[in-house]
Amino acid sequence: MAKRTLEVDLATTGVDAQGNPITLPLGVDADAAAQASDGPALAGEHMLINIGPQHPATHGVLRLVVELDGEVVVRVIPHVGYLHSGFEKLGEYRYYNQLIPLTDRMDYLAPMSNNVCLAMAAEKLMGVEITERCKVLRVIACETNRIISHLVWLGTTSIDMGAFTPFLWCFQQRERIYDLQEMWTGARLTTSLTRIGGLMADIPDGFEDGLREFCKTFPKTIQEVDSILSNNGIWCGRTQGVGIFTAEQALDYSLSGPLLRASGVAYDVRKDRPYLDYETYDFDIPLGERGDVYDRYMVRLEELRQSTRILEQALDRLPDGPINVDDPRITLPPKSAAMSDMEAMIFHFKQVMEGIPAPVGEAYFSLEGPKGELGYYFVSDGTAKPVRWRVRPPSFINLAALPAMCEGRLLSDMIAINASIDIVMGEVDR
Amino acid sequence: MTPEFKGLLLAAVVKIVVVFSVINVGVMLIIWQERRQSAFVQDRRGPNRVGPFGLLQSVADGVKNFMKEETYPAAADRILFLLAPVMAFIPAMLGFAVIPFASPWPGFDFAMPVLGRFVSAGVVPMVMADLPVGFLFVLAITSIGVYGIVLAGWSSNSKYAFLGGLRAGAQMISYEIAMGMSLIAVIILVGNVTLSEVIGRQQDSMWFIFPLLIGFFIFMVSAFAETNRLPFDLPETESELVAGYHTEYSSMKFSMFFIAEYSNMITASALMAALFFGGWDIPFTTWDEGDPSVVKSLVTMVVFGLKTWLFLSLFIQIRWTLPRFRFDQLMHLGWKFLLPLALGYIMMIATTVWALDALGVAFGIRYALVLFGANIVLSYGLFWVLDRDRLFGGSRPGNKRRIA
Repeated sequence: MAKRTLEVDLATTGVDAQGNPITLPLGVDADAAAQASDGPALAGEHMLINIGPQHPATHGVLRLVVELDGEVVVRVIPHVGYLHSGFEKLGEYRYYNQLIPLTDRMDYLAPMSNNVCLAMAAEKLMGVEITERCKVLRVIACETNRIISHLVWLGTTSIDMGAFTPFLWCFQQRERIYDLQEMWTGARLTTSLTRIGGLMADIPDGFEDGLREFCKTFPKTIQEVDSILSNNGIWCGRTQGVGIFTAEQALDYSLSGPLLRASGVAYDVRKDRPYLDYETYDFDIPLGERGDVYDRYMVRLEELRQSTRILEQALDRLPDGPINVDDPRITLPPKSAAMSDMEAMIFHFKQVMEGIPAPVGEAYFSLEGPKGELGYYFVSDGTAKPVRWRVRPPSFINLAALPAMCEGRLLSDMIAINASIDIVMGEVDR
Repeated sequence: MTPEFKGLLLAAVVKIVVVFSVINVGVMLIIWQERRQSAFVQDRRGPNRVGPFGLLQSVADGVKNFMKEETYPAAADRILFLLAPVMAFIPAMLGFAVIPFASPWPGFDFAMPVLGRFVSAGVVPMVMADLPVGFLFVLAITSIGVYGIVLAGWSSNSKYAFLGGLRAGAQMISYEIAMGMSLIAVIILVGNVTLSEVIGRQQDSMWFIFPLLIGFFIFMVSAFAETNRLPFDLPETESELVAGYHTEYSSMKFSMFFIAEYSNMITASALMAALFFGGWDIPFTTWDEGDPSVVKSLVTMVVFGLKTWLFLSLFIQIRWTLPRFRFDQLMHLGWKFLLPLALGYIMMIATTVWALDALGVAFGIRYALVLFGANIVLSYGLFWVLDRDRLFGGSRPGNKRRIA
């Protein structure tokens, strides 16, 4: 059979020896394509189609260059970088506390998880012990954000499969958590909740009651979504057996989070390397058996229930006390003191002008984000700004498995698989 | 012009104008209902600002679409690109022509000052054209509607639209077969394809939903696929193909596809009402079958409208409940399930009808009840297949998998 060469601008072009731009040839071997597809090979050209960067199902500015044989996906090339903001480089010019607003904008569907992760990484670097109340509040922050992130996932995935209604049910519940976030931090999306050594604010009056009310009524929504989708023949047909990843494959691709657990690997940072006293909470890790889209759906659905459980426990044990560490080098003195007390004013000045110096060294801290293992890595040279800041973005690493999951399947399956990975482009591109 | 010819002309023109405007206003109302009903399903309010209860929302949208810029993709085939929405729109309007929407209007004989005398030849049937080919005409006309969609996909010269057009072509042709097959059962029972005859036969016995239960089921599923409604909206699939075949369309050209979709829904619903739910027949009374009168015509028209509206509501409710099929599953359902089922069903109905005729049972309620019994038996088996043992067998846990 004739070999056809398609010229594709892959956006990662370099220049050759003569200084001319190289366009990478996307050699399409007809025989290989026939093997990839299920049915017999039909003579004809393959179609190259751009899904994204502006497409309703790519959940942001992900661009997928898809080669189609009829409707069978022969190969997928994900292109990232449309939302690149250089956060990691920006971080090298900022004090640790100034990084927190940057983290909001990474996984903007779960900003508080990122806030907490950054603060914990910096605290690990500096050797700061946070207060008990702060720990519990951070657990509340993480779990509420797991819930909103999973709700967005659930809603958008059901839209991708054509079921519009669960989307709005999910978003209504998400709105309730956003209201609570607004109460707490004043912002709905970019919360900037944490500070090194504590939080920007204690929870306001009415927050606890609001969250309790949410925990009480929220399972009903999960139940509704469960009953409209989990047993639906069309939904099962679209998700079961689609995008199967075995446990071995999932580990090879370094997947984490619900994706990994759906493949049957019981790895959850909350259980395996507990932080914020997660070992004292009573919750289960849902595990899938086959690693298909349906299992990922079921795992996330169950995680919503488990997160509600954790939230209830956290509310029950929420101790009184300060939220910030009692160390004037780390915690800003109250404004009233800074205006009246000489010593407090000096600390205030020093912190604002010079930041919080970290000891020489490096620190890596990871927590179980909604999308997988979220890790922040700092290298410090002893100044108040990191020399290097690096993020382990779970969606970026999970996204790398997309081509392996969908090649040889139908275009519609690719949409379902892409949805099941749960990416957020702010985090992928950073 | 003879008074008789003038009377014929008058009746035809009035019927055409009335039905055309009712369909178009109905489309607007149904779009409004779709938005309100979806809002109800999704715990929202829906459009409620324009006019009372937001009823004029569709008017506002129509005006907006008139104002919008007409765009042509640079690489589009301009003639076909312009023609495609028209080709989708016209058949959608034509389909209704053969559906009787009320009991016959009494004959009239009156004179007007300048125009002279108008006389009708007997009663006026409340159908635009009582064609001898009957509902075959509807099937033929809806097949033409496919061309509009396929050409829209092709002439846009966009890959998304192209895939959408291809899907539409394959889907609508596949389901037309199942749809036609399901109607053969009706033909067997009526012995005619004229819709007024079909309705008359149902008045003689009972609504065909009972003796042709499974046929109705096949017809309804196919009607959903024919009108490209969820769960069969693969030509559009906003999550895969952006907007499918009408990705590149803007302003009124897009609106025409939109209106065509809804008028197809109205036609399909009216056809379901006429074929299986007695058309304009009022149940539990024979009052409507007597001598024609104006009141009877109006009341039956309302009854017919109600039946159609119920199916439209069903269309809408299902759209906001179910996810969408994958393309191979859609084809699987059409060719490997519905078509064999329809063929087997024809055999069953034909055999039963033959047996009943051989036994000398007169066509009537008893006749229909026997067929209904046969349908119930078959539907039990059908349910067993479709249900995959979830409700009946109980041997397997069904689709739902537990998470450890």
